[in-house]
Amino acid sequence: MEQKVESDTNATILLMGLRRGGKSSICKVVFHNMQPLDTLYLESTLKPTSEQFLSLIDLSVMELPGQLNYFEPTYDSERLFSSVGALVYVIDSQDEYLNALTNLSMIIEYAYKVNPQIHIEVLIHKIDGLSEDYRMDAQRDIMQRTGDELLDLGLEGVQVSFYLTSIFDHSIYEAFSRIVQKLITELPSLENMLDNLVAHSSIDKVFLFDVNSKIYVATDSSPVDIQTYEVCAEFIDITIDLDDLYLESENKNNGNAQPTNRNEIRSVSHLSNGSVLYLKQMIRGLALVALIRNDEENSSAKDSNMDELLTVIDYNVGCFKKSLMKMWESAKFKTAVNTANGNGSA
Amino acid sequence: MSQSSRKKLLLMGRSGSGKSSMRLIIFSNYSAFDTRRLGATIDVEHSHLRFLGNMTLNLWDCGGQDVFMDNYFTSQKDHIFKMVQVLIHVFDVESKSINKDIDIFVKALTNLQQFSLDAKIFVLLHKMDLVQIDKRAELFHIMMDRLQKISNPYQFKLVGFPTSIWDESLYKAWSLIVCSLIPNMNLFNSSLLKLNKILDADEIILFEKTTFLVISSTALIQHQMQLQASESTPGLPDALDPKRFEKISNIIKTYKQSTSKLRANFLNLVIRGSNGLQFYIDVLTDNLFIMIVLKSHDDDSKFVNTHEDLVILDNIKAARKWFEKIENTK
Repeated sequence: MEQKVESDTNATILLMGLRRGGKSSICKVVFHNMQPLDTLYLESTLKPTSEQFLSLIDLSVMELPGQLNYFEPTYDSERLFSSVGALVYVIDSQDEYLNALTNLSMIIEYAYKVNPQIHIEVLIHKIDGLSEDYRMDAQRDIMQRTGDELLDLGLEGVQVSFYLTSIFDHSIYEAFSRIVQKLITELPSLENMLDNLVAHSSIDKVFLFDVNSKIYVATDSSPVDIQTYEVCAEFIDITIDLDDLYLESENKNNGNAQPTNRNEIRSVSHLSNGSVLYLKQMIRGLALVALIRNDEENSSAKDSNMDELLTVIDYNVGCFKKSLMKMWESAKFKTAVNTANGNGSA
Repeated sequence: MSQSSRKKLLLMGRSGSGKSSMRLIIFSNYSAFDTRRLGATIDVEHSHLRFLGNMTLNLWDCGGQDVFMDNYFTSQKDHIFKMVQVLIHVFDVESKSINKDIDIFVKALTNLQQFSLDAKIFVLLHKMDLVQIDKRAELFHIMMDRLQKISNPYQFKLVGFPTSIWDESLYKAWSLIVCSLIPNMNLFNSSLLKLNKILDADEIILFEKTTFLVISSTALIQHQMQLQASESTPGLPDALDPKRFEKISNIIKTYKQSTSKLRANFLNLVIRGSNGLQFYIDVLTDNLFIMIVLKSHDDDSKFVNTHEDLVILDNIKAARKWFEKIENTK
C-alpha cells in the first residue's frame, strides 16, 4: 500500500468541494462517458472513492464527499494531501458560494502546509445556468474573495487556477486537460515534439487525446480554439463508433482479442473547405488528431497536393509514435527506479 | 412526368405525439435534444424536400390540436386528402386517451378511402423509449393487431414501426417509408450488386445525402433474395449488428453537425479499422453517399499505403456515372 502511494505520487487528482457541487457528475461525465442529463439521478457520494485511469500517465482520481470532515483527528488528511499532485475544488456557481470559499481557503491552507508542490485548481462549476456576462462577474468575485481569504491567512505565494466549467459543453474537458497536463512531467518535450510535427507537415492544430475521456494530454503551442477541439474530440467518437459496429462478430469468435495484435486505427476525412481531419491511434489509449488546412486555390492541384501531404504526414506521425514509445519506456523506467528508491528508504 | 415524381406525404396524429420533432430530426438535421423547445404546430406546415434528385417529397405536417383536426375532416377534407401517396400516422404510446387517437385514425382512413384509395399507410408507435424494454415488443403487437382490425373494413394494409427519437428506430422506419416511394429501386439494387462484384467488398451501403436515410445495401438485397428463394430461413445469418445501418446514419449525422462548427461539410471519410477492415464513405452522386466496407486480405496489412485508398476512391468516382444515370431515368 505504502509503495503504491509512493509510486504514483504525482498523478493523483483529489476532487473536493461542498456537497451537491457536482463532483460525482464531473467524474462520471469525463471518465465514464455518462450523458450529462443522466447525472441528475446520481446519488450523493457517501465515502471517498478512488479510481484509476491508464493513460500516458497512470492517473488516479480520488473523490471526497462534501460532508466529510477532513480535519477530524481520526482522518489521516496529512497523508492524503502529501500524496496528491493536484487538488481540484468544485464550487457550485448557481448556489451561494461564500461557505464554499471559506471551506476552500481552509483546505488550501492545510494542503499547502503539508505539500507545497500541490497544484490548486478551482472549478467554478455549473455555469451553464448563468448568463454570459454574469459568468465573468462570478469568476471575478470568486477570484477576488479567494485572494482576500488567502491573504488573511498569510498565504501569498499560492498559485490558484480558476476555470469556468459545465458538464453540458466541452469546458469541463478543457479544464481537466489543463489540470492533467500539469501532472505530466514529460509535457515540455511532448509539446516540443508536436511543434516539430506541426512545423514539418503543414498541420494547423494537433492534439494528443486520451481516447476514453477526450482529455487532451498535449497539444502544440498554438492557442486552443474550443471549436477545433470539439470537432477533433467528436471525430474520435465517430471513428471509434463506426469501427465498433463491425467489430462485434470478431469478438464473438475469440472471446477477448488482445488489443495488441490489432491494427492501429487511422482515419482521414476531407472537408468541403479543403481542410482534412486526421486521426491515428497511438500507444496506451492515446490518439493523435490533427486538423490540416490546405489553402491551395486550384482544386485539382489541391487534391494531388493533399495526397502527397498525407503521405508525408503519415510518415511523420509514424516517427512521432516511435519517439512516444521510447519516451514512455524511459518514463516507466524512471518510475520503477523511484519505487525502488522508495522501498530502500522505507 | 413531373406529376409522378411529386409525392404527397401526410403526417398525422394527435397533438404532442411527436410529428414535428421527427420531421425536423430526419429532414432538418435537428438533434433529438433540440426538439424539446418546439411548440405546437399551427394548422398544416408544408415542407418540400428534394429527395434523390427528381423526386420531391411534399410533407404535410398536420398540427394535431382538435380545432385543426375538426377542420381537416370537414371543410378542408378534399384539400388535405386528395392525391395522397403516403399517410404516416403517429401514435403516442404513452397517450392517456387511446380511444380518441383511434377515432382520429379511423376518420383519416375513411377520408383516404374516399379521396386516395391507393395510399400506403404507415403507423408509427412513437415514444417507445418510455416503455420498459421487455414490454415493447408485446405492446407493439397488441397495438398493431388492434389497428389492423380497425382498418380491415377500409381495405388498407398497415405497416407499423415502433419508434423513438432517442435511438435509431426512427431512421429505420423513415428509410423504409421513403424507399417504398422510389420507383426504380430494382435498378439501384442490381447496380449495387454489380459494383460489389467488382470491388469484392464486405458490404456496400447507399445513403441519401441530406437525410442519410439508407436507400439500399448489399446485405439487405441478399437478405431479400434469400427470403424469395426459401422462406424457411428467417433472420439475417450474419453476426453483425442488425441495427448497424441506422446507427451509421446516426453517427454520420452527428459528424455532419460536428463539422458544421468549422463551417464545412465533409466530403469523404476513410477509416482503417482495428481488425483489418477499411471503411470508405464518399459522395457517390449529388444525392447519394456510399459506404464501402472492405476486408484487407493480405496479412501484412500494416503496410497498406495511401495508394490503395486512392484506388477505391477512384472506383467510386467511376461508379458515379452509372448511378447518376439511374437517378435520371424516371
